[in-house]
Amino acid sequence: MNYAIWRFLARRDFLRLGLGSTAGLAGAAMLGQSVIGQQETPPTITVNAHEHGQMMLMGEVNHERNGFDPMQILVDWDYGEVSQLDSGQTLREYEIVAVDQEVEIAPGIFFPAWTYNGRIPGPTIRCTEGDRIRINFINAGTHPHTIHFHGIHRSEMDGVPGAGPGMIGVGESFIYEFDAEPFGCHLYHCHAIPLTRHIHKGLYGAFIVDPKAGRPPAREFVIVMNAFDTNFDGENEIYAANTVGHEYMRRPIPALVDELIRIYLINITEFDPINSFHLHAEFFDYYDHGTTLEPSLRTVDTIMQCQAQRGILEFKYRWPGKYMFHAHQSEFAELGWMSNLNIVTPENLPAALAEVGVDATWDEKARNGSTVAMKAEVNP
Amino acid sequence: MNTDTQTVDRTRFGGFGWVMILIPLLLLGVILAFIVVTGGGLTELTGPPVEQLTIQRITLPEPGLIQVEVINDGPQSVTIPQVLVDDAYWSFTVEPSNTLGRLAKAVFTIPYPWVAEETHVVTLISSTGLTFTGEIAAAVETPSPSWNLFWRFGLIGLYVGVVPVLLGMLWYPFMRRLGRQAMNFILALTIGLLIFLAVGTWLDALEFAAELPAFWQGMPMVVFVTLIALGALLAIGSRGSRQERAPLEIAYLIAFGIGLHNLGEGLAIGAAFALGEAALGTFLVLGFTLHNITEGVGIVAPIVRQRPPLVHFALLILLAGGPAILGTWIGGFAFNPVLATIFLAIGIGAILQVIWEVGKLIAKDTAGQEQSLVNWVNLSGVALGVAIMYFTAFLVKF
Repeated sequence: MNYAIWRFLARRDFLRLGLGSTAGLAGAAMLGQSVIGQQETPPTITVNAHEHGQMMLMGEVNHERNGFDPMQILVDWDYGEVSQLDSGQTLREYEIVAVDQEVEIAPGIFFPAWTYNGRIPGPTIRCTEGDRIRINFINAGTHPHTIHFHGIHRSEMDGVPGAGPGMIGVGESFIYEFDAEPFGCHLYHCHAIPLTRHIHKGLYGAFIVDPKAGRPPAREFVIVMNAFDTNFDGENEIYAANTVGHEYMRRPIPALVDELIRIYLINITEFDPINSFHLHAEFFDYYDHGTTLEPSLRTVDTIMQCQAQRGILEFKYRWPGKYMFHAHQSEFAELGWMSNLNIVTPENLPAALAEVGVDATWDEKARNGSTVAMKAEVNP
Repeated sequence: MNTDTQTVDRTRFGGFGWVMILIPLLLLGVILAFIVVTGGGLTELTGPPVEQLTIQRITLPEPGLIQVEVINDGPQSVTIPQVLVDDAYWSFTVEPSNTLGRLAKAVFTIPYPWVAEETHVVTLISSTGLTFTGEIAAAVETPSPSWNLFWRFGLIGLYVGVVPVLLGMLWYPFMRRLGRQAMNFILALTIGLLIFLAVGTWLDALEFAAELPAFWQGMPMVVFVTLIALGALLAIGSRGSRQERAPLEIAYLIAFGIGLHNLGEGLAIGAAFALGEAALGTFLVLGFTLHNITEGVGIVAPIVRQRPPLVHFALLILLAGGPAILGTWIGGFAFNPVLATIFLAIGIGAILQVIWEVGKLIAKDTAGQEQSLVNWVNLSGVALGVAIMYFTAFLVKF
């Protein structure tokens, strides 16, 4: 936006603000205290789009060149190649390749990343508790790497230097195999040394284990809170939900009014001791690590996570509109970790999907992510 | 005989001599073209990109607006896709382009609600994620030229430059009553004060030089300009076969050197006001007035035995003090760090030359009295000169 237009807008806002507050004062005088009470139908307010537009990353990221789209990563569950073992146990086979790749983490800013399967976060591995997971890991990068799963497994499958195969050299491969337990919202990441660099370069992903009994049907998203130190000074220049700064500000995530929304939230931010998640205008139940069926925290609107801490958030919105969620370290929010939900009524959903470049398939994946069909009687 | 050979040499090549000059240049062009086109066998040596930018100036032309002037002084072009203010990504416009070739300049305009008298940090981030940071120490709206401000800046220059020189000169009648010994002491004191000014101007010049984009080579520039200025002034002074200068001439030389120094002070004060760093405005001005009062003494010291017409005093004051006014205007309205550095370097040369000239005056006098040049009177004069400047500088250094 050029300077003249900006000035014009600034002046116009000033006028509108002036009128608005005068009207507001007059209204308050007539109605007395009743203005403060709960309103059944909130007044329609024209959203001033450019206000946040000033405190924003400029431009757009070329997701095609990146090879992945954060909008798709929200719902891109990877169930693996599914078969049955002789014992009757479900086997899920995956191939994960470590590759170096330049990733545009904010419009125009390119990070020399290390990735699993060319994306950050890596594939979201989703299974049911007790499934056998078999991962053929191939290191096609330029440094030794591993995959370390947060889960329960034998020492040699831990993916750390000095246990089992240790670090997997360049051009080498290894098959990690274990049973998926406990159920919950977990993660995996590279544990090669130096650990800090291997994590912050982008080698991590979500590992979601559904409980056998399932969870109530919901619109589900996975969000990995990450950050990038682009000038390698030990401080992050870009913070994000799923890698690309302010992506969900530019493209608000569609969801429905009165619909249960479940977010699998993982913090892998390097260099800062904690990251946080704050939801606007609603409260949520929180399941720390997702390893319980009962919330570990009820009715909160902010939680914090140390690195590798994760959990499940569940909430519903009563009214349509745009609602923010972001780190409540304002600095992180202003450096890219700030997002929007676009809560709509069912008739407006197709438009909301189209607005952010996703289709009915995306909607389908969001609503049917679980590997377990919830039995109606479990949680009426 | 000699002239004959030269004539022959010249005629031997005739107009062809120019072509001889061109041959190495043409070959150079061919080699450069070869390296650019084929890589010259050096392709394996290409490393990661080297990005460099210098933020030259940050201005606050009006509330809610920040302007950042940058120059690319690195070897390659740099693209700036994002701009941060106080650790927040912010929208911006840029003229002419956010991709800067080598030595290209750009102005970033950021609609940011800056807070008066508080610190803000502007960071430009390159496409590879390198960051270039500039600080607004205390946000004050950048003065735009107006008659009122022009007048006020002029007044500052007057207080800092003209007034102290004038006041210092008022010791002239008193100095006339001094004996030979005491007069040598005053001249030695003048040298002390000039030494202090030379060192101070040197440090100021280096400070400006350090802020210059790398290709200017600020530090060598200061050294060379100083030496050339010193040499030129000495050469001008030694024109003709005259062995020594008229005292009035020396007074003018001192005034010129001090004038360049005061120009530097004016620049610094003007720039500080413009950048919002001179919140202590009046105190700083007061300090400089006190600090500079000995300058007047130094200027008239060589002409104590003369009785020049009053108009010379007026001209000396103007020459020594006037540049402070000029400096304040330039610093406040059209600050140019390159010119500032050059002016200061010339000032160092001028002051060094004056030290030499005043030194010769004392040397001549002490030789006449059959004393050593470095005697206790002269030495204590120099020491007192330095000490006065040093301690009054307490008021202006922080």
